[in-house]
Amino acid sequence: MSGISEGISWLTDSAHWHGDDGFPHRIAQHLGYTSLTVVIASAIAIPLGLWIGHTGRLRGLAIALTGALRALPTLGLLTLVVIWRGIGLTPPIVALVVLAIPPLLAGAYAGLESVDRATIDAARAIGMNEWQVLGKVEVPLALPLIIGGLRAAVLQVVATATVAAYIGLGGLGRYLIDGLAVRDYPQMVAGSIVIVVLALVLDGIFAVVQRALSIQR
Amino acid sequence: MTWFFDNLSYIRELAWRHLWLSVIPVVLGFVIALPIGYAARRWRLGGKTLLSLASVLYTIPSLALLIIIPGLLGTSFLDPTNVLIVLTVYAVALMVGTAAGAFGSVSESVVDAARASGYSTWQRIVQVELPLAGPVLLAGVRVVSVSTVSLATIAPLIGVSNLGSLFTDGFQRYFATEIIIGILCVVVLALLLDVLWVLIGRLTMPWLRVRGSR
Repeated sequence: MSGISEGISWLTDSAHWHGDDGFPHRIAQHLGYTSLTVVIASAIAIPLGLWIGHTGRLRGLAIALTGALRALPTLGLLTLVVIWRGIGLTPPIVALVVLAIPPLLAGAYAGLESVDRATIDAARAIGMNEWQVLGKVEVPLALPLIIGGLRAAVLQVVATATVAAYIGLGGLGRYLIDGLAVRDYPQMVAGSIVIVVLALVLDGIFAVVQRALSIQR
Repeated sequence: MTWFFDNLSYIRELAWRHLWLSVIPVVLGFVIALPIGYAARRWRLGGKTLLSLASVLYTIPSLALLIIIPGLLGTSFLDPTNVLIVLTVYAVALMVGTAAGAFGSVSESVVDAARASGYSTWQRIVQVELPLAGPVLLAGVRVVSVSTVSLATIAPLIGVSNLGSLFTDGFQRYFATEIIIGILCVVVLALLLDVLWVLIGRLTMPWLRVRGSR
């Protein structure tokens, strides 16, 4: 237990709360990578998922793809992309985007599939065109599952961005990787606690949003 | 390819370590999650809390947990037990929901019929509910197994070697071949374990094969 209490005193030491190595800056970096990744992944996966869900095409491919991507070991993917593309922001973001795509894609197409066919037929019958059916009927009804996919993607990226510090990325993973290099256990514990709290807070925010959405209907 | 054959015995040793670092958590996770899932199903109010607790557990980043566990338990930092514990925690967190769903899929009237024909509670659970929940449980084990094999690769970051060592080593030497072989080995190992679970499923649930061949 002494390791944990030393970690907590490291965490509460005011010296670690300012500057480039301070927690506020590291948390901001971590959230920055996470949002950049999720925005790019959403721009790819959500339109694709909506198209698959709306047309019913390529469904088998989407299921196989999401399954196969999950089996890929994160660390292998990260290190491989760095060797191919060199150090910089692009390789970790590319690797993280690949990880964020499966849950987003699955949320979007499963969401549209969960919409009752009769409702969609009714929307067509009252004269809506395909875009209106998608935008005014299918997406609003599928929203809880789409948000569920977003929640899974965000949590996975927050967790994995930690591992990405190994390939030179900033963010909260730095405390773990740097602490490991110099055997500074309190620093690693302090960083771990902040990451766990960050993940739990994000998960909590999503839980509240999902609840608000389900009360609305 | 040459590198692969030159280092075959090294890779085999890493794969072997990787195998037991993955199989033990999957089996333990299954054994622990089974009663929890059953309880969550039968015990309505507390069940919901149990299930949300399991999903919260799953959101904890693995590298962070891997570092906190030795501090909590007083184990040595390089002890592979830490990896086993962390992977078991995730396996339980994933399996509990599946187990609750599996027992929930057993029809209430079948349970009543077993009760009416004089089965004791234990007999009913073991001889009626468990076999009927079997296929869903097997599906759950397969999902947990794939993610455990893949998750285990971060262990080398804290100094416990397994197939993930091919990633850290390949990265330090800037040698892509080693990383690619590592990824392939991990995927193949995940597939082999998956085949093992399916075979165990066939042996323990022979009636599924009969239905399938018809």
